[in-house]
Amino acid sequence: MLLNGVRNAAIARKQGGGTNEMEHTMAVSLRESVQLVSDPRNLDASVEEVFQLMLGVACRRDSGPVLHEQESVTAVVGFGGLLSGACVFRSSGSTAIRIAGLMTGMEFDEIDDTVKDAIGEIGNMLAGAWKGKVPDLAANCGLSVPAVITGRDYNLHVQAPEFQLHHAYRFGESSFDVTIVCDGLQ
Amino acid sequence: MSEIRTLIVDDSSVMRKIVERSLRQAGLDLMVVHEAGSGTEGLDLLRAKAVDLILTDINMPSMDGLEFLRQIRAQNLAPGVPVVMITTESSEEHVKQAIMAGAQGYIRKPFTAEQVKERVLPLLTAA
Repeated sequence: MLLNGVRNAAIARKQGGGTNEMEHTMAVSLRESVQLVSDPRNLDASVEEVFQLMLGVACRRDSGPVLHEQESVTAVVGFGGLLSGACVFRSSGSTAIRIAGLMTGMEFDEIDDTVKDAIGEIGNMLAGAWKGKVPDLAANCGLSVPAVITGRDYNLHVQAPEFQLHHAYRFGESSFDVTIVCDGLQ
Repeated sequence: MSEIRTLIVDDSSVMRKIVERSLRQAGLDLMVVHEAGSGTEGLDLLRAKAVDLILTDINMPSMDGLEFLRQIRAQNLAPGVPVVMITTESSEEHVKQAIMAGAQGYIRKPFTAEQVKERVLPLLTAA
């Protein structure tokens, strides 16, 4: 339900781009470059870039599963246009608080609105950096504004996606995961 | 240029703070920093306050950064004041749209203070 909402918002935002842009979109297809679009190295490079530039930390892919203790924080940014789907960032509450602290230079002891805002922006920058790795995708795929979810014991399910990337990452003692779900490719 | 009056427009309060911090790290002498959470709020501020520099996000709910910029130009608010777009959108098409709407600079998120300095300082010197 939420995924549909953010995806529709991204499609609406993309369609606001004007007639010329839509005509251009009609002429371009990502079907031929699905291997490039789904290249897992693009996601790793995007995560490393965002965390290095915005938080000043070296972030690396982690082979182990991310254990989400207690409350977790998820940011969802929808894709619309030639590719529809979403970029989903998920971390534990303590990792979200650490990320917000590194971004802002402030200290947090709970998941307040500023922490949620910071995680939403991380999701936004990850989605933008990821689609920016493929020029045709960057030019023909819009982003929704981020939706941030907090809670316990929830999972993301997408039926029969075109492709899905799900990677875990670590910086210091903190870990998180990022999922790219593509449920439509033109 | 010293004692710069700046308007930062972004729906994320965290990003507004990061942009302000980057401007200070870039060596800008910020006298006043006005913040707006939307294009509409930004227009209201420009009707009431004089500024020397405007930095705006593109992807915002209600009124996005491009429409905000078009409205600034259409209503002749802040004439001659440089506008820099700060956004996750990085394609040539988006840069072209921003320039056509009247932007003088474009910074892609994520960014460094050094990149902010490179894009913003020449605009202030020229102004």
